[in-house]
Amino acid sequence: MAQVSTEKVIYNRAGQRVVSPDYLLFEAPRTKHFMTGSEVVKEAVKRSSVDASVSYPITPQSEAAHLIGELWVEGYVGVYFRGESEFGVMSELAGCAMAGARCITTTSGPGTLRAMENFPMWAGTRIPIQLVLMARGINSPLSIQPDNLEVSFLLDTGCMIWYAENAQDLFDMIIAGFVVAEKPEVHVPLITVVDGFFVSHTREAVMLPPDDIALPPYDPYKAPMPVIDAEVPPGRFLRDPFVMKSNYISYATHASWQFEVRAAIERSRPYARHYLRGLIEEFGDPEAEIVFVACGTAAAQSKEAVRLLEDEGIKAKVVKLKTIRPFPVEELINATKNAKTIFVPEFNVVGWLEREVRRYLYKRSDADIIGTPRVAGGMTMPPEVIVKEVLKILGKEVKHVI
Amino acid sequence: MSYKIYQVNEALREFVPREVIDLEERATWGNPKRGVMDLPYAKELIEEHSLCAGCPESMAFRYILASLPNPEDTIIVNSTGCTSLVFPHIALHTVHSLFGNQNAVASGIKRVLEWRFPEKVKDVVVLAGDGAIVDIGLDCTLHSFFRQEKITTICFDNEVYANTGGQESGSTVKGHVFKMAPKGKQYEKVPMWQLAIDAGCHYVARLTVSSPKRVEQVVKKAIYVAREVGPTYIHLYTPCILEIGLNSDDGLEEARARDKERFAFFEYATPEAQEVINRKKEEGLL
Ligand SMILES: Cc1ncc(C[n+]2csc(CCOP(=O)(O)OP(=O)(O)O)c2C)c(N)n1
Ligand code: SF4
Ligand SMILES: [Mg+2]
Repeated sequence: MAQVSTEKVIYNRAGQRVVSPDYLLFEAPRTKHFMTGSEVVKEAVKRSSVDASVSYPITPQSEAAHLIGELWVEGYVGVYFRGESEFGVMSELAGCAMAGARCITTTSGPGTLRAMENFPMWAGTRIPIQLVLMARGINSPLSIQPDNLEVSFLLDTGCMIWYAENAQDLFDMIIAGFVVAEKPEVHVPLITVVDGFFVSHTREAVMLPPDDIALPPYDPYKAPMPVIDAEVPPGRFLRDPFVMKSNYISYATHASWQFEVRAAIERSRPYARHYLRGLIEEFGDPEAEIVFVACGTAAAQSKEAVRLLEDEGIKAKVVKLKTIRPFPVEELINATKNAKTIFVPEFNVVGWLEREVRRYLYKRSDADIIGTPRVAGGMTMPPEVIVKEVLKILGKEVKHVI
Repeated sequence: MSYKIYQVNEALREFVPREVIDLEERATWGNPKRGVMDLPYAKELIEEHSLCAGCPESMAFRYILASLPNPEDTIIVNSTGCTSLVFPHIALHTVHSLFGNQNAVASGIKRVLEWRFPEKVKDVVVLAGDGAIVDIGLDCTLHSFFRQEKITTICFDNEVYANTGGQESGSTVKGHVFKMAPKGKQYEKVPMWQLAIDAGCHYVARLTVSSPKRVEQVVKKAIYVAREVGPTYIHLYTPCILEIGLNSDDGLEEARARDKERFAFFEYATPEAQEVINRKKEEGLL
């Protein structure tokens, strides 16, 4: 990418000073702002030297997509337009990424499912697109309310999946996301999830670095696959490992390619640990026997529940998962060593996170794993409800909590 | 010009297959006057094909690749179908991603290449079947036209879903019995060339593969117009000899027969497109 260089200082195309990811995320002075999740998407994109974004309206992500459009008008984003559908958008963005662009887009619920065929294609073609997913219910019945069932469909697409708890997480994760996803040995897409409305539409205090500094631009020539720009020799199979022939070499190629995508996700662990300051966050009494394993808003509500339980004289803690793919296996095993009862509160009816926790703790924990409370369709999860469930299951008297 | 990317690394030359060395030494790079007349002499950009013996799609590939005015800076976007098996044999940057999303992918590539290389000409060409363009990908096709994407779309119309074993497509003629239309197709062939005009294409042509020179002219016009003005569309009859029960040496005759009826040569250009075509003629490039 064209960079203007004056002595040691490098500027991106928008005229922002290029700084290291570590400086931007950890060292730059930060000031306090009061913003919604949608607004912090804009702030993160503004500091990420983004080349391209394609958008499509769907509640609750539309505002974030509008704001990326404003950045395009202001010269912070190179290419921006509205596509014809989420299927089209995700393919348009695939084209942008193949041609060497750092890309971001946003979607929600039905949009995610409409676009579905694209996600394994993104992963298979090794493009590090970032999708900010503002989770909402999926049809039928129609719902625009927060519900994260859609995430369960994405678990095995070959995309990394991170889960932000609040606006601050979202801001930092978007920036860290580009850095980790674009590592040559990783180079797979990233889906950064937040709960719709609870995060997208809620205003909270966030600490932001100045907006005249930004990430180093994406260097497509470090990608593990040839960029589709006719500036590098084409690969013979190019972006599609062409394996449609009926022979064992083809079968083996297809299988190993898919393994390689998963292996690439595994290789993101050390980078994600560094840039996210750990794949999990623990809150509450480290020795507690009651442990909540949760992500997103469910983790935030569980933290409140831990405070309420403390008032009841019950020690508990929260293990917040920041990454779902890769799944923080070792971290979770360590964090649940003392656990007797693990609660997995979730915003969906199927309990996909409970399934994940069971799968990874199988024979590695003696704790009871209980998938409760579970709310869906737009219902909230007040901490009192969490506490009530815990007290009921522990056989304790449910007093002042509702 | 980036045809230097086809230069063989000296240290590796003795290990490089002959066909790659031929690409460096005998393909026509950096010469917009290249065309089908080079076919007997120059190294072709398609090495071999995996289509049925005598499939007219192979003729289409050879003529189109021989006619690209700027192959060293041309990206070809493809879709799933009989043609997709050929792409690994093409020397250029090509993309296959999904069935039907070809014009969306091409839009993204074109826009980013314009942003990354404002000083360079990079042509983006879609090559896909009728199922991909007219049926499953119709929204992506038409929307790329509405948005005035500067890409050329070439439809290989064999009037059938060939790769999946001969099912009716929107491009099949009314009454024809194919799989999934066991009583014969119930509605008319979709006039995709007309839809392309209505959707905003600046140059549209309908023809068969019977005349290599005509294919060359049409491809060059479409690419030059797309570069400067907006979307262009070529609707090319490439009969599926397998599914209509013809022998491998019957393809050309079948195309010639259709030249006189539903694939009679038809060409459309907006005034802006005509201006480009006239200028390119004056420059001796058409
Ligand atoms: C989403 C999706 N649906 C269906 C298919 C199956 N499919 C593969 S190729 C093909 C037919 C392609 O027809 P066309 O575009 O006309 O190309 P042709 O094979 O006739 O050259 C179909 C239906 C697929 N690969 N993906
Ligand atoms: S099935 Fe038909 S279109 Fe496909 S390669 Fe064979 S003849 Fe050509
Ligand atoms: Mg067909």
